Amino acid sequence: MSTVEKTPSQWRVYRSYHSPFDPCSPRTRYFNVPPNVLQPFQTSARKQFAPHEALRKGTLWPEYYSPYPPETRGGEAE
Amino acid sequence: MKAIWIYEKKLQYPVRVSKCDPKLAKMLIEQYGGADGELSAALRYLNQRYSIPDKVIGLLTDIGTEEFAHLEMIATMVYKLTKDATPEQLRAAGLADHYVNHGHALFYHDAAGNPWTATYIQAKGDPIADLYEDIAAEEKARATYQWIIDNTDDPDIVDSLRFLREREVVHSLRFREAVEILKEYNSTKKMF
Amino acid sequence: MSETPPQMPKAYYQYLHELQSIDFVLCELTLYLDTHPEDEQALAQFTQFQKRKHNLMTQFEAAFGPLYEFGVSPISGGKWTWSQTPWPWQV
Ligand SMILES: [Fe+2]
Repeated sequence: MSTVEKTPSQWRVYRSYHSPFDPCSPRTRYFNVPPNVLQPFQTSARKQFAPHEALRKGTLWPEYYSPYPPETRGGEAE
Repeated sequence: MKAIWIYEKKLQYPVRVSKCDPKLAKMLIEQYGGADGELSAALRYLNQRYSIPDKVIGLLTDIGTEEFAHLEMIATMVYKLTKDATPEQLRAAGLADHYVNHGHALFYHDAAGNPWTATYIQAKGDPIADLYEDIAAEEKARATYQWIIDNTDDPDIVDSLRFLREREVVHSLRFREAVEILKEYNSTKKMF
Repeated sequence: MSETPPQMPKAYYQYLHELQSIDFVLCELTLYLDTHPEDEQALAQFTQFQKRKHNLMTQFEAAFGPLYEFGVSPISGGKWTWSQTPWPWQV
């Protein structure tokens, strides 16, 4: 899958304390920081997807596109 | 345009389903009649309009209206996933309780069967409180779509769910902008 | 007796998809303009897509029946056809 430009990742990684009494093997946790959080006011309407692609992506605005499932999480390839 | 809501005889985005899968329908119903579902969203925004400053009434009207289009998409998914399912298939999917009460009808309840309630939504009459409620609602709906996508192996349904998830991102953006507009309520500012 | 109505032709889905794309641009521009009412460029684009929508809608409705009621869509052939074509969740 082609990763679009070098936009900063919309994912953050964290791990929780793992007790010797926790039965499940520890898992890396991720949470999403979507572009509307990082850039809460749109400053220009110039950059746009073409109509068909906009519909497919769910937004007209490339700056606010948030893919899911993500192509990469926190820089790690999936 | 008109003084009433006009139904448009088409979906906002195509909905396809690759197999008869009532189990998936049981999960999707969360976004039909659940706390952060599309019905809650539509009713929350449209109701808040009567007390919000004029400058953001248009936005609440338009997003509230779009949420009904999303409700129709979720209904379409549930309809297509269950329409020809036999009572045995519905039972195997954990939908026996639903079938006993509603047959093949849809109903406004969440994935666990809790009926929709007005306590899912808020109207505080305070513009900032209400807009932050809306932003939170959009982020919760986005997360719900993520958890449903994580549990879905039907690529066609995932395609529609990704669309709906992205709409929550855009709606949240617009509500955040509305907060900024209210901050500057007494001045005019040009952003572009 | 229990015969199902004829299925919609391929062209229906193509037209529908085209209409959905144009409408989606209008939807996105609507929400954008709600918070950026002074952006003249976006407004000009909105007007342009409105024209495209109306052209497409006229063709669609002539071929596949009305998209709206309450007097918005034209009556074709002097017949009330609102319920004769399948509904969005059926197609
Ligand atoms: Fe929304």
